[in-house]
Amino acid sequence: MRMGLIPAIVTGRRSRRRAAGEDSDDELLARLRAGDENAFVLLVARHHATMLRLARSYVSSTAVAEEVVQDTWLGVVRGIDGFAGRSSFKTWLLAILVNRARSTGVREHRSSAVGDAAPAVDRSRFDASGAWMSPPQHWIEDSEDRLFAEGLASHIQAALEELPSRQREVVTLRDLDGLSSHEVCEVLDISEGNQRVLLHRGRSQLREALEEFVKV
Amino acid sequence: MKMLRQKPELVCQEVVELVTDYLEGALSRSERRRFEAHLAGCENCTEYLAQMRATIRLTGRLDAEDLTPAMREEFTALYRRWRSEED
Repeated sequence: MRMGLIPAIVTGRRSRRRAAGEDSDDELLARLRAGDENAFVLLVARHHATMLRLARSYVSSTAVAEEVVQDTWLGVVRGIDGFAGRSSFKTWLLAILVNRARSTGVREHRSSAVGDAAPAVDRSRFDASGAWMSPPQHWIEDSEDRLFAEGLASHIQAALEELPSRQREVVTLRDLDGLSSHEVCEVLDISEGNQRVLLHRGRSQLREALEEFVKV
Repeated sequence: MKMLRQKPELVCQEVVELVTDYLEGALSRSERRRFEAHLAGCENCTEYLAQMRATIRLTGRLDAEDLTPAMREEFTALYRRWRSEED
């Protein structure tokens, strides 16, 4: 069992992944069905960061997002026999969360058109033939850790928060929470094509933020 | 013999729009070949792809809000209450 929670900034997203020796979701679920309180808390802890972040993109405050998360778990505890195992537990759980968050509707979910034509890189950086005029600088992988500690982390975080909510959701679920494209489509009920467009727009803007940070 | 009509080479401005489809494995085989042919001859787009990969890596390292001990207790209490309501 995981005791203390190591700051995730040190361990990266792997901290939210299951460590060796921890029970899988399915194993915990079986224990939860048998009324094991500890299994419940382990499941809650494992999925908390993902759920809270996702809920937050639908509602106006952290407090309301926390209510949505609790409400989702209540739904899970009461409806656990409705989980047929057709999708993973995590996908099922997050789909319930999205439904609850949408119906809570404290803030109308800002939806940006999926197919908006904003380019990945500003047109002014290419010449008339479409070749780079102002190309990206050389990225030095070895300096990543230092830059990350020196403020690149919060710079990317801020850029992520600025993204239109649908882009933010997709980027967060894919790149922070490590869901597959298929899982994201199931959770958000969108097509593979739309998922890629949203991911592309979102990641392109985060790359721009990274470039901006390095230039300064 | 029929000549295969060769599509024109991709330009940088097109390449940057295909990066995600490339990383997602969503390009057709011929599109992928054109994409990789461009990269092989274009240092700038190779850098661009490296920056996109770095962005994905670094986004994955952002902080998570883990469950605090207080919230852990709150969830335990909730669970007990829900259970007792069921019985």
